Amino acid sequence: MSLPSPSPVAGAASVSDVELDRRAWRRKRQLRSVAISMLSTVVLALVVVVGLQMSPGWPHVKETFFSAEYFAKCFPEVLDGLWLNLRILIVAVIGVAILATLIALIRTSRNPVMFPLRVIAAVYTTVMRGIPMIVLLYLIGFGIPGLGLFGRIDPAILGTIAIVLGYAAYVAEVLRAGFNDVHPSQRASARSLGLTAGQTTWLVVIPQALRKVTPALMNDFISMQKDVGLISVLGAVDAVRAAQIEVASSYNFTPYVVASLLFILMSVPFILLSDWYSERLRRREQSGGVV
Amino acid sequence: MTATVSETRQAFDEAPVVLRLDNIRKSFGDAHVLNGISFDIHQHEVVALLGPSGSGKSTLMKCVNLLEQVDDGQIWLNGTDITDPRADQDAIRARIGVVFQQFNLFPHMSVIRNVTLAARKVHHWSKDRAEARALELLDRIGMRAKAGAYPDQLSGGQQQRVAIARALMTNPELLLLDEITSALDPMLVGEVLDMVSELKEQGTTILMATHEMSFAHDAADRIVLLRRGVIAENGTPREVMDESRNPETREFFSHFRS
Repeated sequence: MSLPSPSPVAGAASVSDVELDRRAWRRKRQLRSVAISMLSTVVLALVVVVGLQMSPGWPHVKETFFSAEYFAKCFPEVLDGLWLNLRILIVAVIGVAILATLIALIRTSRNPVMFPLRVIAAVYTTVMRGIPMIVLLYLIGFGIPGLGLFGRIDPAILGTIAIVLGYAAYVAEVLRAGFNDVHPSQRASARSLGLTAGQTTWLVVIPQALRKVTPALMNDFISMQKDVGLISVLGAVDAVRAAQIEVASSYNFTPYVVASLLFILMSVPFILLSDWYSERLRRREQSGGVV
Repeated sequence: MTATVSETRQAFDEAPVVLRLDNIRKSFGDAHVLNGISFDIHQHEVVALLGPSGSGKSTLMKCVNLLEQVDDGQIWLNGTDITDPRADQDAIRARIGVVFQQFNLFPHMSVIRNVTLAARKVHHWSKDRAEARALELLDRIGMRAKAGAYPDQLSGGQQQRVAIARALMTNPELLLLDEITSALDPMLVGEVLDMVSELKEQGTTILMATHEMSFAHDAADRIVLLRRGVIAENGTPREVMDESRNPETREFFSHFRS
């Protein structure tokens, strides 16, 4: 029973008057909802536009944040900086995947030998999720070079390490929920075939857990994508830092808007992918229902 | 409690012992689930493990499959003491095929991958060999056309048949069937039981926990009836189900005669 599409499958002639009436009613309702939503959108847009135009400072704000001239001028530098963000993101995603999986495996293990590691992992996830990302960046970015052990380290590398350490804690918790969600009977079934504990985890538990938590992981990924911009506080010339440099010489904030726009554009493909995947999951689990 | 151990049938006494349980005990806290269970299963023998809920059937099956550790006693599989902690438990589990009540197929793998997994990863068969054997098995159970399907796309009966094929894939020395029809609706029970009968014809050694009394009566060579963690009856279906003089046994089976 598909609600929105009144498609006569078995031939229109066989449809009863009652069904025809129902379809007409549904069509009418649908038209009404579309009309209402369009109207409310237009009203909202008008309120925003009129509100902005009426504010006394709007011309000034417009020139400071949305100047076409500065937009064109700073775009190449900011885009160049974004390339660094993208590279950091790729490395960080790999790092997070490995570290988070390890932590999640430790936290879900029940082996008594692992007890000290479990405590460490629990403390780690608690501390790392509690600490503000910017403080973590300062700690790693200025603390490690301060030790004087390694000589000069590229701030981009230190920033990447901080991002990995911080995000691994979040992702580990998501993965842990996923691992716990795989029914113990799956493990029993794999072990009874003679698979080792490691094979069972790798071939049976992890693939099923990942399927369950993919939407949550996608969300963390998208959030991480913009947080790589925070490494600018360490002095690495990424998109945000490049914008900052431009702003410092002109006091026009348009470069920040350019950087934001580029970050948004970078995240769009993954947001679409994430939505598509969640929708697919929803449809698969809700086979046939209309509510 | 009278433990009437009747004489086992001559035919199987000659055959080698596949599984020997010797005084198995298992408790969960204060609950003494198994209080000294001993019996043998001979080659090609089909033994049905019966008993009311809570009598210890499932626990016993889990002990044999090493999913639970026994508190005392020994289990021998073709001469190996599988309760010895020094034994390679993974290797022992690989020698026993298990089919569960809830099928427990891997939902993220196709039918053919489910069936070939252990052969490939545990027994290190080549892909060609494993797939040839799997397709032959699937063919025999009429599931060859579904080799590429995923478990969710199959009916319960089909899933359970695939689970049996998965358990048989590497010719286990013993097949454990743990209430394999309990989660199926009555229409589908028949197809699974037919498959078990066929396995019996082929000489598979089977230990099955079941509530299908008439099936146990017809297909099993021997019935082991558990009651409160001990063996209450051990004999041919006729001896245990039709001729027992024990009032509790007669009471138990009376529920199933209609």
